[in-house]
Amino acid sequence: MTVIFDRLVFSDVTRHFERRRALSRVSFACSAGEIVGLLGHNGAGKSTLLAIAATLLRPSAGEVRYGERTADEGGAAIRAQLGLLGHEAQLYPELTAAENLAFFARLQHLTDVTRRVREALDRAGLSDRAGDLVSGFSRGMRQRLALERTLLHAPRLLLLDEPFTGLDQASTSALVARLAAIAREGGIVLLATHDLLLAERVVTRAVILANGRLAGDVSDPAGLRAQYARVHAEPA
Amino acid sequence: MKRLYLPAVGLGALLFAAAPFLIMNAPYEATMGLVQKIFYFHAPIGMVMFLSAFVCGIAGLLYLMKREPRYDRVSFAAAELTVLLGTLVLITGPLWARKAWGVWWDWEPRLTSSLLLWMIFIAYLLLRRYGGPGSERLSAAVALFGAANVPFVYVSVNVWRTLHPKTTVVPSLGPGMREPFWFCFVAFLVLYLVVLAARVRLERQRAEVEQLYLELDER
Amino acid sequence: MGRFVRTAWHIARKDLTVEVRSREIIATTMFFAVSCVLVFAFALVREGRVVVDAAAGILWIAIAFAGTLALGRTFERERFGDTLRALMLAPADRPAIYVGKLAAILAVLIAVELLLVPLVALLFQASLFAHPLPLVLLLLLGTIGFAAVGTLFAAMLVRARSRDVLLPVLLYPITVPVIIAGVRGTAALLAEPADLAMGQFWIALLAFFDVVFIVLSLWTFEPLMTE
Repeated sequence: MTVIFDRLVFSDVTRHFERRRALSRVSFACSAGEIVGLLGHNGAGKSTLLAIAATLLRPSAGEVRYGERTADEGGAAIRAQLGLLGHEAQLYPELTAAENLAFFARLQHLTDVTRRVREALDRAGLSDRAGDLVSGFSRGMRQRLALERTLLHAPRLLLLDEPFTGLDQASTSALVARLAAIAREGGIVLLATHDLLLAERVVTRAVILANGRLAGDVSDPAGLRAQYARVHAEPA
Repeated sequence: MKRLYLPAVGLGALLFAAAPFLIMNAPYEATMGLVQKIFYFHAPIGMVMFLSAFVCGIAGLLYLMKREPRYDRVSFAAAELTVLLGTLVLITGPLWARKAWGVWWDWEPRLTSSLLLWMIFIAYLLLRRYGGPGSERLSAAVALFGAANVPFVYVSVNVWRTLHPKTTVVPSLGPGMREPFWFCFVAFLVLYLVVLAARVRLERQRAEVEQLYLELDER
Repeated sequence: MGRFVRTAWHIARKDLTVEVRSREIIATTMFFAVSCVLVFAFALVREGRVVVDAAAGILWIAIAFAGTLALGRTFERERFGDTLRALMLAPADRPAIYVGKLAAILAVLIAVELLLVPLVALLFQASLFAHPLPLVLLLLLGTIGFAAVGTLFAAMLVRARSRDVLLPVLLYPITVPVIIAGVRGTAALLAEPADLAMGQFWIALLAFFDVVFIVLSLWTFEPLMTE
């Protein structure tokens, strides 16, 4: 049973780790077709929010709804619609590029694995390295492969945590184009970054986190930098 | 529940005040004489210890299923008490063994099983202390596995032991000995419940303090 | 059901592929197991004569120690590349992840035992091959019991602090019945004449233990791995 949802809604999401409050009553919504930037300094709570959106962490309070359902209600069906690209590439260095993709494709219960893997390697520009162990790949190559791994199952909700770090110009542009295509096809993209210049190029909307709280919601990317500076200049 | 607390403390105190008299008046056991009387503490403590291990395991299971903090508090308090009671069993046991049979430790099945259970719950406490954040769930699993292990430990230790000739025999209860025994059991049970309730309350207050710290962070 | 088995199979196969390529865990674990046996030999063999029943004890202790190492390493690998997160993120059945990892670790341990059993038989002059079928059953069921609890504990400790020392601290007390059953069962089979009835008793106990603890592990794997 596939679950198609077109909205991701955070309601009063709070998360604390012992005595430290990582997120405090964060509420906002993302709709299909949006590329939402999640901006903030290091430690503002971006990674925590993404982990909660990916169902890897439970909020201490508040809830996240995918369409109508929460993660608990949706279960595996929701996870089948998610893709998370984190700091780590999440690849097995002892396996080849093709084997890595095939493994994750099978975990996603995908059919026609060989064809999908081939196409994914083409898109990543790694077809000639398909049979090489990932341990020999550069950072940029791993990132490209990791992105394809995340997109193998054509997820409805794509969560990215600083995906542009370490990418060269060409790869960055390719990724930007890719994200735009996904949004056009009706996906939701939530992208955490601290690179404001890049964010202005990519996002259709931006949400600013400061100290775990929602400090700004910007619908016009052009004014992003100004708004960001304003948020961080105000006394807390 | 709270209103029962002070009467329970009073009852426990009363039972403990009365216990020595009952023990004193109990008949002497045929072979061991006065030494056997430590049994009136040793065995009931052992039984309450096993009970405590089950309480800990069940609370752990409930915590894993429902994730409500109060189950975790009960589990933690019960684990501490299991270790405490276990320590008492492991002190009174060898004391009795030394006086009655000349050796401090001879791998008697029930004592050995208690030792193992004691170790499992010490491991629980070590995990809580050193496992970092999130160790509440993990220790719940240890409690559950530990409690589920009790029959296996008992059977395997017993069969392991019966292959060697038994040098020590634990006597069965003669007439006149049952009353003090069950009296002491009830006394220790009441004491256990009282201390458990107090410990759980302490944990709840600690959680409230943590909550206050979090709210401070709200600035 | 089919999906569950297939997921477990894919994970087990992935683990074994990684292991066959790097050979890291199998090589280090085997060497460590052999060292263990030698250390015990020096401790327990006097003037060329072996303490009675030593062979059974040494075999199982070496398995337990080596098993703990292997378990720690296999999950450390998943932690290193954060691939455990990727596994948890997939729509795959979480208990299937447990079963897959368990199957892979069992394969490694059985490979180590294939080396260990003849070695112990040789060094301690123990007639371990006199009754091969009961011995194989004993080793299999005992290893399954140890690995079943070990896989769960190693998985749940992946994000904990002090996980290296906490794994043995938690694992050894809980698996004592497995060790007792394994050692006494092996000793029964080594006795002259072999006590087959006793051997069967311990095999039955291990089978029970395995069923109970695999069920408990399947039940608790998901709640333990989700934060």
